[in-house]
Amino acid sequence: MNNLDKYNDIFAQVFGAKVEELGDSYSKENVSAWDSVHQLNIISLMEEIFDLMLDPEDIMACTSYNAGKEILAKNGIEL
Amino acid sequence: MLQGKVALITGAGAGIGKATAQLFAQNGAIVYAVDIKGLDWVADSGFQKTIIPIELNICDFHAVKEAVLRIKKEQGKIDILANIAGLISYEFMSMIDFDKFRMMLEVNVVALIYLMQLTSRLMARQHSGSIINMASMVGAKGAKGQLSYSASKGAVIAATKSAAKELAEHAIRVNAIAPGMVGSDRFKAVLAEKFAQKINDIPFGRLAEPEEIAQLCLFLASDASMYITGQVIGIDGGITM
Repeated sequence: MNNLDKYNDIFAQVFGAKVEELGDSYSKENVSAWDSVHQLNIISLMEEIFDLMLDPEDIMACTSYNAGKEILAKNGIEL
Repeated sequence: MLQGKVALITGAGAGIGKATAQLFAQNGAIVYAVDIKGLDWVADSGFQKTIIPIELNICDFHAVKEAVLRIKKEQGKIDILANIAGLISYEFMSMIDFDKFRMMLEVNVVALIYLMQLTSRLMARQHSGSIINMASMVGAKGAKGQLSYSASKGAVIAATKSAAKELAEHAIRVNAIAPGMVGSDRFKAVLAEKFAQKINDIPFGRLAEPEEIAQLCLFLASDASMYITGQVIGIDGGITM
């Protein structure tokens, strides 16, 4: 499983999302289930799978599928 | 009691923190002893392999995060956080030095909460952990001439209770210890005379030893206290009875 597959799998685990649903519009605004608990679950899985410890500002900024990708890139994880 | 457990202890340079680090190591824990200075004692402790000194300022978030990541890398987990580092002051309300007060809040409250935030994220993954925060009896009762210090320790108590509620679902226990008057080296050298009358008010008739507070830390860190969370436990020779 490559890093992108691992990243997509986080959204499958948290929201039950299919790969074809994930993209620019997959965000807090458009996904009704995306609340702060789910956001923390995404962060927790990102940290565990990619062996990171994210800063509070990253945790707060992780409000979309794309934002999560940017946060991973900022922390040296290539997707 | 702590075989196989990994502990991070702040304020380990002296007093309660040092006594706790030694006691945890005696009980089988791997201890990361943190303080801004004063960790030379580790080299002669007989526990050089299981007590790892880390000199840093806990108000330096970057350094704290690096330390937590180091522990995660070396041990893969953190089982115990003992937030013992703290500043103390004795000032009447009209004489509060607000620069000192802000610094005290940074050390006693903000850094403590940041350490809880970081370590609890690791503990949540392993679905276990014990966080011990050093409060004070004055945080619950107040004290004439210690408004700023008691306010900071009151915040520690509130933070402990809120964290316990938030982290219970991850099986992370969060408790606070509220010592009375403790006979640290500094207290004995500088303040014992000033507080001689108050020492007479202690039903046990003496100050607590740092090692006695460390014993309560050990209990709260161990599985012997598995079902205890959100508590503020007094250890004060009966002065708050």
